[in-house]
Amino acid sequence: MNEYGVILFFTTSSAIRSEKILKKEGYTVKLIPTPRQFSSDCGIALSFIWEERDSVEQMLTEAHVEIDAVRKI
Amino acid sequence: MIYLDNAATSWPKPPEVLKAMVYVLERAGGNPGRSGHQLSIEAARVMYDTREDIARFFNIRDPMRIIFTGNATHAINIVLRGLLKPGDRVVTSSMEHNAVMRPLRSLEEQGLIVDVVSCDSNGSLDLGDIVEAVDATTRLVVINHASNVVGTILPVAEVASIAHKAGALLLVDAAQTAGVMPIDVKAFGIDFLAFTGHKGLQGPPGVGGLVIGDHIDTSQVEPLMRGGTGSQSEMEAQPEYLPDKFESGTPNIVGIAGLRAGLNWVVNKDIELIRAQEKEFISAIIEGLSGIKGVNVYGTLNPEKTVAIVSFTAANKRVSEIGLNLDEGYGILTRVGLHCAPAAHKTISTFPEGTVRLSPGIFTTPNQIKKVMRSLKEIVNL
Repeated sequence: MNEYGVILFFTTSSAIRSEKILKKEGYTVKLIPTPRQFSSDCGIALSFIWEERDSVEQMLTEAHVEIDAVRKI
Repeated sequence: MIYLDNAATSWPKPPEVLKAMVYVLERAGGNPGRSGHQLSIEAARVMYDTREDIARFFNIRDPMRIIFTGNATHAINIVLRGLLKPGDRVVTSSMEHNAVMRPLRSLEEQGLIVDVVSCDSNGSLDLGDIVEAVDATTRLVVINHASNVVGTILPVAEVASIAHKAGALLLVDAAQTAGVMPIDVKAFGIDFLAFTGHKGLQGPPGVGGLVIGDHIDTSQVEPLMRGGTGSQSEMEAQPEYLPDKFESGTPNIVGIAGLRAGLNWVVNKDIELIRAQEKEFISAIIEGLSGIKGVNVYGTLNPEKTVAIVSFTAANKRVSEIGLNLDEGYGILTRVGLHCAPAAHKTISTFPEGTVRLSPGIFTTPNQIKKVMRSLKEIVNL
């Protein structure tokens, strides 16, 4: 079974933007309410397959998306 | 009915705009950025997609630099009240709307230095006067892209370059041009662009925005309002990042969806064609009015130098009477008076009486213009 991670953002706009960018590239991502154990910065977070962490982060960095944190769930 | 008041608000709206607004209420009715459920996320998607479309439309790289506001006035106030400090100097033109003049005059009472550069009686700006007015102490230049009284287009790119040479920033009020003339924020060198959604962009009233240039350091701009953003809820201080810093409170998501549909409608229709159609209307109106005895037309009388706004007065009739006759006798809807721009009317010497303003729009037809000219001839020659 896949392990998942979440990307936490400062603003909802960045979360939506990241979903759009990653979906377009074929990544399995999903917007979810931010797990309470991590942060309350932004109401929604983006879950992804943990194995793809490096390439996911790289994609978002290249697109100049500001990320608050990346955590395993 | 013939609607010639598109400079106040465009009407009717493209059917796509109404559909997009209904869609949001039916299918994306959550509060964007607040909750994490699917209706909230769908609303946030609508809002973000609109940001992207607006960023592309005005040629801005970063969609987070599109700040949604209630209207252009709100966007102008964010910059004027957020950027300027007592002792700062501002240069503006004598053709500004009260959306610019009133906040400036109020800030003047708190120590802002306001320098109003006079335009000529056609509403045109002499760039030499701007060069003379702008100096190293100037923090900001504020000008409209086109006058809401006579439609005269101001050379914003040239003003930007003069402002930047002196180290000042430029705020452009694009209330009358967004959606009817191409605006390239980057190429023009605009630092802040205030626009409204309900005029040329064909959206509903109650939504507009501020475009902040990619290079602008926003830490120098204080937010006009502080409050909930759905982000950083553990903090009682306003977030510093964009767009949240300037977007407190539940946004007008229904209006934003309508604005997006309107903007895309304009893009599909092709803004160059819209502009070409406007020029034909301006020519026809100016030609028609010049054939009516006792009528005085204001502005450049040159369709290349004006948006679709023509102002006139008549020697033997008050503007209010003309407006009422047009409405009641012919079903022709215009606007008369000062159009919230007393300084502009002083510039063109129509203060305090004002003018009759004809502003055709995207759904106006050449036959309607002909009918308006025939009707005016009857009314004015009575």
